[in-house]
Amino acid sequence: MSAPHPKYASNDGVIDAARAALGDMLLGATETVGEIRLDVKRENVADALRILRDEMAYQQLMEIAGVDYPERPERFEIVYMLLSLTKNHRLRVHVSADEMTPVPSVTGLWPVAGWLEREVFDLYGVLFDGNPDLRRILTDYGFRGHPLRKDFPMSGFVEMRYSEEEKRVVYSPVKLAQDFRTFDFTSPWEGADYVLPGDEKARVPEARGAPTPLKADEVKK
Amino acid sequence: MSVTTTDSATVGRGTTVPPSQGVTIDPASGEVAIQNYTINFGPQHPAAHGVLRLVLELDGEIVERVDPHVGLLHRGTEKLIEYKTYLQALPYFDRLDYCSPMCMEHSYVLAIEKLLGIEVPLRAQYLRVLFAELTRIMNHMLNLGSHVMDVGAMTPNLWLFEVREDTMGFYERASGARMHAAWFRPGGVHQDVPLKLLTDIGDWLDTRLHLFEDAISLVADNRIFKQRNVDIGVVSRDDAIAWGFSGPMIRAAGVPWDIRKSQPYDVYDRMEFDVPVGTNGDCYDRFMVRVEEVRQSARIIKQCLAEMPDGPIASLDRKVVPPKRGEMKQSMEALIHHFKLYTEGFHVPAGDVYVATESPKGEFGVYLVSDGTNKPYRCKIRPTAFSHLQAMDFMMKGHMLADTTAILSAIDVVFGECDR
Repeated sequence: MSAPHPKYASNDGVIDAARAALGDMLLGATETVGEIRLDVKRENVADALRILRDEMAYQQLMEIAGVDYPERPERFEIVYMLLSLTKNHRLRVHVSADEMTPVPSVTGLWPVAGWLEREVFDLYGVLFDGNPDLRRILTDYGFRGHPLRKDFPMSGFVEMRYSEEEKRVVYSPVKLAQDFRTFDFTSPWEGADYVLPGDEKARVPEARGAPTPLKADEVKK
Repeated sequence: MSVTTTDSATVGRGTTVPPSQGVTIDPASGEVAIQNYTINFGPQHPAAHGVLRLVLELDGEIVERVDPHVGLLHRGTEKLIEYKTYLQALPYFDRLDYCSPMCMEHSYVLAIEKLLGIEVPLRAQYLRVLFAELTRIMNHMLNLGSHVMDVGAMTPNLWLFEVREDTMGFYERASGARMHAAWFRPGGVHQDVPLKLLTDIGDWLDTRLHLFEDAISLVADNRIFKQRNVDIGVVSRDDAIAWGFSGPMIRAAGVPWDIRKSQPYDVYDRMEFDVPVGTNGDCYDRFMVRVEEVRQSARIIKQCLAEMPDGPIASLDRKVVPPKRGEMKQSMEALIHHFKLYTEGFHVPAGDVYVATESPKGEFGVYLVSDGTNKPYRCKIRPTAFSHLQAMDFMMKGHMLADTTAILSAIDVVFGECDR
């Protein structure tokens, strides 16, 4: 018995078939946790997905997800989830991108990609070349920034409220009544990189604490 | 609905154009040119099933173009999840599709279990299937009822809400909460159910579900109901596939695709049930597919009740599932495990998975990226309504304004899930 996750057709031979079909568009193919991942060159993604759809019968594009890895040279990863209704199989196609280089749009292959790409653009700021309607979709009208980037703070930059004086909703910079608290509960023995409570002075010799109080006769009156 | 008369395709918020601008009279010939109307449907409209703003471009009463504006209920769930441990992130899923909470949790716990490679006891799997199907009934009661009400009938909705109320009572008896249950946990379920609850669910299927049949018998063959739904919003097989449809929407278009059947999870491979398929791909088919799904769900629940084995309701792997309270009073190790699981949480091996289950509305997927710590690196939620709502434009083209509500109800959209 294994984990009770959804079980689809076997992965046997899928990577070889993809390698043969995609040729040098394919940068790498791996199988982890029972799922197949294909890494594809960014400029070829539309062609690669067309081949997967037409020749390998992955008829449906279920989802496009963005992931942000700020430490990588090309920080974003765009993940296309494909589903084959006839072969009862799923696979993922990964493409990397950064803020400046656009990814070819797949709206010509699947009309559903329109909103999915808009969402990735909205939340990550990845540009899609060829998407006819690349507007923001989930965030507010006039929102600035791309909120799912790792460097975007969770509390955001603006907050809004209804102003009784102006009789409309007004935006103002975020003011937190108490500091934003993130509890890092990772075990100190397993590489937590924060200072344990009480250890604040251990590594900084110059921080001495409060000065010794003056004696009564030293106090200038 | 606020009405502005302008032909502009980019009507911003608060744009008001004087009504005379829609009509221009050519001074030379005296011909009157009438331009298209653009109206706002929502964001506060009872038939919009939540906060949906549709910018409709009308030619008389015929819809020419629809631009759905979503995101008005965007709460940043995916961002919040990145700051929570795996267990703390679970209750957010109840709040996605708040009409079928446990089915939302289902995808998430299965994704975690897939990454962990953890086994789940049989009783827990049966309980999860039982409650997933109960949730399907709960969801369809709301959707079928409101669909009927959106096209003009009042009574069935009231009756179906009675049935929905019962399912929420069962939720409460299992988890303590009527809606936001947080009852499916990685490794199993939170608590065992009382035996009386299981017998009551069995009795309820026999005695109370006739309310549903009665309500449907009022509308299924009703002339007015059919006039409002048959041949409205027809989607062909190929369109349904290209637009990423799933669930009742793709089945109504004639594709016998059900993840419970083709990619079984938990104990769905032991269940016998039929997958209803539509022939026409219109709103009436979608309605009737859901009606039949309720009957099939009742069938699955009965099988679960008959076959459910005794045993633990969650994995005994103490690195993932916390121990029972009684055990904690006796065992120091259990106490430590409990403390660690509720502060640090469990660590999930690095990797990424996409796990999709058949929620009442369609394929609900979770793309979970783990970096090996106690918090998800990324948790992308694949909502069902997002793809379906996008197809509104081509489904609505050429239909009357009044058909908007029928098509919208047949999509079965809930904005908690669509906007995340």
